[in-house]
Amino acid sequence: MDSLYQEIILDHYRNPVGRGLREPFEAEVHHVNPTCGDEITLRVHLDGTGESAVVADVSYDNQGCSISQASASVMYELLLGRTITQGMATHEAFLALMQSATDESGAEPDEDVLEDAIAFSGVAKYPARVKCALLSWMAWKDAVSQAQTHGGNT
Amino acid sequence: MTVLLDPALRADFPILARTVRGGRPLVYLDTAATSQKPRAVLDAEREFYTQHNAAVHRGAHFLAEQATDAFEAARAVVAGFVGGRAQELVFTRNATESLNLISHAFSSATAKKAHGAPLPDGAEQFVLVPGDEIVVTEMEHHANLVPWQELCDKTGAILRWIGLTDEGRLDLDGLDEVITQRTRVVSFTHQSNLLGTINTVAAIVARARAVGALVVLNACQSVPHMPVDVRELDVDLMAFSGHKMLGPTGVGCLWGRAEVLAAMPPFNSGGSMIATVTMERSTFADPPQRFEAGSPNVAQAVGLAAAVQYLDRVGMPAVAAHEHVLTDYALAALADIPGVRIIGPTSLVDRGGAVSFTVEGLHPHDVGQVLDDEGVAVRVGHHCAWPTCRRYSVPATTRASFGLYNQPFEIDALVVGIRRAQQFFGVA
Repeated sequence: MDSLYQEIILDHYRNPVGRGLREPFEAEVHHVNPTCGDEITLRVHLDGTGESAVVADVSYDNQGCSISQASASVMYELLLGRTITQGMATHEAFLALMQSATDESGAEPDEDVLEDAIAFSGVAKYPARVKCALLSWMAWKDAVSQAQTHGGNT
Repeated sequence: MTVLLDPALRADFPILARTVRGGRPLVYLDTAATSQKPRAVLDAEREFYTQHNAAVHRGAHFLAEQATDAFEAARAVVAGFVGGRAQELVFTRNATESLNLISHAFSSATAKKAHGAPLPDGAEQFVLVPGDEIVVTEMEHHANLVPWQELCDKTGAILRWIGLTDEGRLDLDGLDEVITQRTRVVSFTHQSNLLGTINTVAAIVARARAVGALVVLNACQSVPHMPVDVRELDVDLMAFSGHKMLGPTGVGCLWGRAEVLAAMPPFNSGGSMIATVTMERSTFADPPQRFEAGSPNVAQAVGLAAAVQYLDRVGMPAVAAHEHVLTDYALAALADIPGVRIIGPTSLVDRGGAVSFTVEGLHPHDVGQVLDDEGVAVRVGHHCAWPTCRRYSVPATTRASFGLYNQPFEIDALVVGIRRAQQFFGVA
């Protein structure tokens, strides 16, 4: 169980970073985990357009377990100030980390890209919790897509 | 404690002897989600496949006769268990399908009526017009809510519901305003899977009868845990589930009064449910075959009958008494833990053994995770009763639920696990 609840996760759960909904934003999404009822409302504020746009803010309000709350907080730290290209690469790396329990390629998670998010490696061993960890990341991807579709310039 | 069942019966359930999560003994407190199966059920299914397996209701060979006899004998056993007759018992895949079968009878009758298609005698009671009302309660499992929402969308009927008191019981004060002359069907749960509340059926039936509404009971959480008799309850239709009452997965039941089933148009259509078929048109078999299109779940029905016989040997009054003691023990033990709040009745009156609770400062997922680490299996989440969670302003709960094989030492393990979760997350 200690592999699941690593100190970094517990720290972010107790003291989430970047929490709260802020202005300005180009897109707001609301995602729900239908199996447990966890919810997140997430806004993105992008500076610039296209893949080189920079994440100027990710603000969120969420309700859920320690894993989903800590995941949103870690995600905020990893995305702020990065370009969309970098953010999507981190998203992909995190997704791969969550699927690593069923991944037979033996590929090692990319610690350089994932930074603190590497602490979620234990979650992959508990399939029921993977969706908790992914909730905020899926919301972010959706919000970026909407912001860029509806004109994400400021 | 004298009314507790003999712990020796645990040996009838092979899975209870296994260990989980690194060698911890399994403490299974999730029977409201699905029950474990006694060896007698496993043996019955195996014997069917090794000795009697063949297609039922067709073919004239020896095994076809034996398989048909086994299937129909199972029907009689299961029907008898709830006080019904064999021809009133429809085998479905699960209770959700049983409830959909009923809601579909309404939408089908309504659509057929609009086009002048033939309907069974008496089917007028299933024809809805916009403004007709359907009544459920705020403590329904999604299985007894979403099908009715769908029916309203298809027909223009209006969904209404009986609200809940803060204690977790139906608020029957306004019953006459909710169930009115416009009400065509009242569908409600006998026992809440989330709150544990056992509802007073008689008051709702009396009001429904007064306005001529059909009464549907979701008995998934009552049939496995207490004596249930459809004649005493005086309902029209009743859905229940096989896998929650020691039976196999993949089999559920719909009991219906003979004249009500006879008036219902079919659900799934195809083989086995017809009387005559021409290229233009078909006529349909009498119930229960009318509602059993395609190859039925024969081995599962046979397994369910073995489950019913097992429950009968123990005796449903004894099962109910046993679980009553466990519920009493659990409510008292949980009340002793600071920060634990029961969602549902805290008194034993009309209360079954599904105990939902929250732990202050902890999300149910995290409580469940620590319990799992201790080998204790509970359910976390909204329990397919999301509106009920909203009613009590909780996103989710942790639920411990009991069966005839549980014993007080397992509730002790639950308490130890909750306290450990509080310590682990620093909220104790």
